[in-house]
Amino acid sequence: MIKLFSLKQQKKDGEASPRSGNQKKPSAAQLRIAKDINELNLPKTCNTEFPDPDDLLSFKLIICPDEGFYRTGRFVFSFKVGPNYPHEPPKVKCETQVYHPNIDQQGNVCLNILREDWKPVLTINSIVYGLQYLFLEPNAEDPLNKEAADVLTNNRRLFEQNVQKAMRGGFVGGIYFDRCLK
Amino acid sequence: MGDSQDPLNKRWDHLRKILERPGPFCHPEFEPSPEILDFIMTGCKILVIGAGGLGCELLKDLALMGFKQIHVIDMDIIELSNLNRQFLFRHKDIGSSKAEVAAAFINKRIAGCQVTPHFCKIQDYDESFYRQFHIIVCGLDSIVARRWINGMLISLLNYEDGVLDQSSVIPIVDGGTEGFKGNARVILPGLSACIDCTLDLYPPQITYPLCTIANTPRLPEHCIEYVKVIQWPKENPWGIQLDGDDPQHIGWIYEKSMERALQFNITGLTYRLVQGVVKHIIPAVASTNAVIAAVCATEVFKLATSCCIPMNNYMVFNDVDGIYTYTYEAEKKDNCLACSQVPYTIPIKDPAKYKLKDLIELLCESASFQMKNPGLTTVIDGKNKTLYMSTIKSIEEKTKENLSKSLVDLGLRDNSEVMVADLTSPSTMVLKLKYLVSDVEME
Repeated sequence: MIKLFSLKQQKKDGEASPRSGNQKKPSAAQLRIAKDINELNLPKTCNTEFPDPDDLLSFKLIICPDEGFYRTGRFVFSFKVGPNYPHEPPKVKCETQVYHPNIDQQGNVCLNILREDWKPVLTINSIVYGLQYLFLEPNAEDPLNKEAADVLTNNRRLFEQNVQKAMRGGFVGGIYFDRCLK
Repeated sequence: MGDSQDPLNKRWDHLRKILERPGPFCHPEFEPSPEILDFIMTGCKILVIGAGGLGCELLKDLALMGFKQIHVIDMDIIELSNLNRQFLFRHKDIGSSKAEVAAAFINKRIAGCQVTPHFCKIQDYDESFYRQFHIIVCGLDSIVARRWINGMLISLLNYEDGVLDQSSVIPIVDGGTEGFKGNARVILPGLSACIDCTLDLYPPQITYPLCTIANTPRLPEHCIEYVKVIQWPKENPWGIQLDGDDPQHIGWIYEKSMERALQFNITGLTYRLVQGVVKHIIPAVASTNAVIAAVCATEVFKLATSCCIPMNNYMVFNDVDGIYTYTYEAEKKDNCLACSQVPYTIPIKDPAKYKLKDLIELLCESASFQMKNPGLTTVIDGKNKTLYMSTIKSIEEKTKENLSKSLVDLGLRDNSEVMVADLTSPSTMVLKLKYLVSDVEME
């Protein structure tokens, strides 16, 4: 059992004798993200970019799907990891304009583990796989872009054409999409 | 002699009875003496973090208990809605610093008490500030702030060859309330469960699925979240980030969520609800704050005087229906990211010649590490630095030149800490470099 009253002696006598070379430790979020990043195991369709290698808390993920509706496209996501990671999920935005039922024009992504189903045991890798899955299996049940979801449900051929048109750069449903082919 | 020794001053008689006599519930090593009261009144330095609902109570309790060297830190200013329970503030104080007004009030009201205010964020101070205190008491409403101060006090721990130097421990007494519920806990950093050990106890913030708020809202909260998460960034009416304390911003959110609620035939949306959702307001009850602060102040007293064994270590309180309390021992987590990091000392003979790749080779080849792809990071002058990480191509390319640099050239000094992540260990490991030459010799 620690007896803190004896501390008074120590504080009185050797008041603030800073230990040489003592440095501020990285936060728990830093320690955890270093682990997540060092152990990223990316599928061959995915790549990361760290604009500043000293800042592991903000980076980009590039997904180039090799099958499905979005094959030949190139989609960039920005990741921002906050000080409360892994208690809170990172903030993920899609920076590429995409015609997708679960991604809106502002880059918001509807993926359960990015919000309501996030758990601290999940890692950056889990999110990467979740995002990749969105391109393989767009989900019309929980839409963020309702028009795209309706097309996907009612006419898969038209949906496929719309995706192609958007990726080549052009208007779909009155909205202009920038070219994002690989 | 402090005024505690003045025989004419009867004010402290009740404390003398506790501190100058032994008793059945005393700490086994408690030695009754008049010096202890003197210590409380002259030597013992307490930091109160937060001057809000709990903070006002804590300051009053501690000051009336005889503590005189009190510091209080709070970044907030006083608002009208605080006045019903934050009793150190008056209507004229609205807009002033909570820390400053609270300190001035206590100093005026309680003779001899010297409360020092700090009108800033806890993150604005470094370890030299926090190291001066004997005990830190928190009346916070944020998990981020709790984790920060927890991490700060853990970073002040001193380990000699893996053994904790107990004199480097600064106890945290943490209180929290939510309506009629509250909790109080005692944390001895490095010795007992810390904030990060029990992080799962905090309920996750309420979030709604994005697709629900975008397409199938059913609750008024869904409409408010929609405007906050989607419509604000899109329309950005003032070209700045949403500020929950700005009535103009809240007004805009209220107006837009009302439109959306009408569109989906949702009722029950009020201005107060908008404020609550946007600012994550937790209802506050004055009596709960008073109970929790009293428990915390008692624990501070026990820790400072050793007159009684401190609480072990987590108490929950609930008076929604009758009164319920329960105290149990929250357990320290073996792989806690914050407090299980006992640095592993690595002796370095010649740091001016020892290269980063030599260190990595050691980590991969020595029998006690046997790592596979260690990723190394550190903190230099308060800034994070990635030393080397082979698994990520873009980082590898930018850090590979570090491999052939010496530890000294990389800015690492004697006692510098290097964080190592590797798939062979469940969490990031901390290495402490011990240079076997003095800094003077190196220069």
